[in-house]
Amino acid sequence: MLTHVTRSIVEAAVVLLVMSFVVYGLIGLMPGDPVDLMVTADPSITSADVERLRAIYGVDGPLLQRYGLWLGAALQGDLGLSRTYSQPVLPVLLDHLGPTLLLMGASLLLAVAIALPLGILAALAPRSPLDGLLNLLAFASISVPSFWLSLVLIVLFSVQLGWLPAGGVATVGDGGLGDRMVHLVLPVAALTVVTLGPLIRHTRAAMIEALRQDYVRTAQAKGASRARIVLGHALGNAMLPIATILALNVGGLVSGALAVETIFAYRGMGKLIYDSIMANDFNLALVGLLLATLLTLLANVAADVVYAWLDPRIAYG
Amino acid sequence: MSEDVEGEMSLRIRSAFVAGRAGRSRLARLSACLFASLLLALTLHAGDAAAQRRDLTIGITQYPSTLHPNIDAMAAKSYVENMTMRPFTTFDADWQLVCMLCVELPTFENGGAVRLPGQGKDGGDAVALTYRIQPDATWGDGTPVTTDDVLFTYDVGRHPQSGVSNAELYRDITKIEVVDAKTFVMTSRKLTFNYNAINDFRVLPAHLERPVFEADRANYRTRTLFDRDPTNPGLAFGPYRLTEVELGAFLVVEPNPHWWGEKPYFERIVVRVIENTAALEANLLSGGIDMIAGELGLSVDQAIGFEQRNGDRFRVVYKPGLVYEHLDVRLDNPILRDVRVRQALMHGMDRQALVDQLFGGRQTVARSDVNPLDWVHDDTTPVYGYDPAKAGALLDEAGWSTISRGIRQNAQGEPLRIPLVSTAGNRTRELIQQVLQAQWRQIGVDVAIEVQPPRVLFSESLTRRRFQGLALFAWIGSPENVPRTTLHSESIPTEGNGWAGQNYPGYASPDMDRLLDRIEVELDRERRKALWSDLQHLYAADLPALPLFFRSDVHIWPLWLEGVEPTGHQYSSTQTVERWRAADAG
Repeated sequence: MLTHVTRSIVEAAVVLLVMSFVVYGLIGLMPGDPVDLMVTADPSITSADVERLRAIYGVDGPLLQRYGLWLGAALQGDLGLSRTYSQPVLPVLLDHLGPTLLLMGASLLLAVAIALPLGILAALAPRSPLDGLLNLLAFASISVPSFWLSLVLIVLFSVQLGWLPAGGVATVGDGGLGDRMVHLVLPVAALTVVTLGPLIRHTRAAMIEALRQDYVRTAQAKGASRARIVLGHALGNAMLPIATILALNVGGLVSGALAVETIFAYRGMGKLIYDSIMANDFNLALVGLLLATLLTLLANVAADVVYAWLDPRIAYG
Repeated sequence: MSEDVEGEMSLRIRSAFVAGRAGRSRLARLSACLFASLLLALTLHAGDAAAQRRDLTIGITQYPSTLHPNIDAMAAKSYVENMTMRPFTTFDADWQLVCMLCVELPTFENGGAVRLPGQGKDGGDAVALTYRIQPDATWGDGTPVTTDDVLFTYDVGRHPQSGVSNAELYRDITKIEVVDAKTFVMTSRKLTFNYNAINDFRVLPAHLERPVFEADRANYRTRTLFDRDPTNPGLAFGPYRLTEVELGAFLVVEPNPHWWGEKPYFERIVVRVIENTAALEANLLSGGIDMIAGELGLSVDQAIGFEQRNGDRFRVVYKPGLVYEHLDVRLDNPILRDVRVRQALMHGMDRQALVDQLFGGRQTVARSDVNPLDWVHDDTTPVYGYDPAKAGALLDEAGWSTISRGIRQNAQGEPLRIPLVSTAGNRTRELIQQVLQAQWRQIGVDVAIEVQPPRVLFSESLTRRRFQGLALFAWIGSPENVPRTTLHSESIPTEGNGWAGQNYPGYASPDMDRLLDRIEVELDRERRKALWSDLQHLYAADLPALPLFFRSDVHIWPLWLEGVEPTGHQYSSTQTVERWRAADAG
């Protein structure tokens, strides 16, 4: 097991290195650089100024050379400065990571807590009216655009009813726990709704498959109770594919939900990464994307461990 | 809101009096208690309302990148910074150059400006300007603003690696001599008509920033306290100072006790960043913000819809501005090279109808790139009215006389097809593209619409001159802004000059070059106005770009807010923020 985990970590490091090159290259291939954006904003800028600024911002050399310089500095712990915020990249990222983890974590937990029972219920009576209703709910959740749902929630609960704030992480000048929780309600609700559908469908499919297995029939023949068969035998096995889906969702936890964060003016990673790409903030976009990649890789390593725990027959060579 | 609550509660109290006959005295006592409680509650509520009106929350759509005054020109930064600092000179709401940090504009008439013959660039005249700093100007930590700060700012501006965006301003200043702690003489190697405008010379606090600069000049831009310690009171000398900054989310300013001018009314102003305009509107309606800044808020078409729905709850003010929407013409395109085709396109556009239908008539149709509110605007500049017959005649004359399936062709059978590119995701521009396509179709011109992400359009297609026909976008200018970078032949971007310059059409006219050169150095207002007039006539005749309209800024304020003066140019309304107040403030 230890060997497997070590190997997974080494593989993750290699993937991360490759990803850093790919992401740097892709960002570098995008048209324009930070100085082009300055030129657009300032018609009085001269060609001499443009050349001078290109040199200052380090965008006057070939892409490979710039990547080499960045990688060398990163390996020594210097991840560079965010051009957009004029600050070191890491504090900016960490500043946005907390709210995102809270938002995405809360919505994922809530979605799991709702989707698992609903998925199991649907699997217990496939093609029944209840299954049809739950499928309808799941497809509605999958189909509804998150930005539209967010706006609907704001109009209903903030504008019409005036119960909840329309956006932000906290009230300016307050920032207490209760205030922060109140600000979380609408974005968490929006994200939970759009996350529910796929989870219900995956749970339903995994449970239906598990309930068809021989060991379920054996348990029934031995007179095991319905609850024991469903929760003790079938669910344990159905959790394997569900764990994979959840592990993949961890990447989303870090990279955030762009539409929801934008509509709710929620200071999170999704919006930060998007803005940094649009503003050609090389360092911030790069490290933000790599952070999301790293967390996804680590989550997959964790998922491997969970597999072994859920099913001891899984062995790693 | 408070009046409605009061009325409802009073009605309930009166009902209680009428309802009970038995136990009248007990009920009366209870009612008296209730009434007293109500009065107390209402008083407290009124107190809360008054307290709330000492706070103002503004919604804008962009977060400033850096807070350093001289690095990176950005509207969001300018909006916030005008509350915490003041430039030496600026344009006011009437588009006139005025002093803010200086006491009086130096001119030749008042002796503040002195011509230095032959001492300027290329043997021209230089000018020495005497500025006096406001006597009571003081940084927020109590340190006076002095000429030492001016000298330090000059040092930073001149340093090649400081990252200052308008480095030309600092290159043109050949020396600064200190007269006393509040007076200095600045010598510029260029004597232009706007010789005394030093809007971009934003003074820096030497007592705080000099040690940072001296420690590592090359990396000063990344170490400046404006970004590392933005709430340091010593970085502000305006009516307000920054007290809280949440990256990407909001900035809070509170009064600067050392401000020399009129005492600001609001005890706290929060500038909240909400990039999505639908969410911005929802926040305004739900009370999350009090107003939307005109400089970075809703577009005109969005605001018209908002006003129709909520015009009774908010004041919507449309301020004609300097953002010039137009179509740049690729002049080496074989079709568009012919001025008759360009003139036909102008006659084939019903710009007034476009402005009326899409923007409720709230935008100003442009004759040239000079705004009608600018004092140099010439009302006699020819207007291309909507005249499809004339457009057709011009196209016939240009050789596009055969019409097949509604599209004109030349003698070689080539169709009159023109690509029209604009920014993707900009709903307004996409609508304009469709309207123009339909209007030009009426005169036999086939328009191929294309949209590109702004980054691609502005970083590749325009700057590398890769667009093929027409490009729809906007320029932002200032009052009496000489369009050298967009119209002078030296400003055509080429591979040879590193794609510098913004003359994307490739317009090369010796007459225009001469006019631009002369306007810059003509100090006499009347003679300069005549030159400007010639420029506008030439622009209208040559049509290096097809003028559409000047955009308006839309300010949305609560009904109780007064004193805001929209400017319509890049020097935002916050430069007079100390005059903003609640209507019931007395």
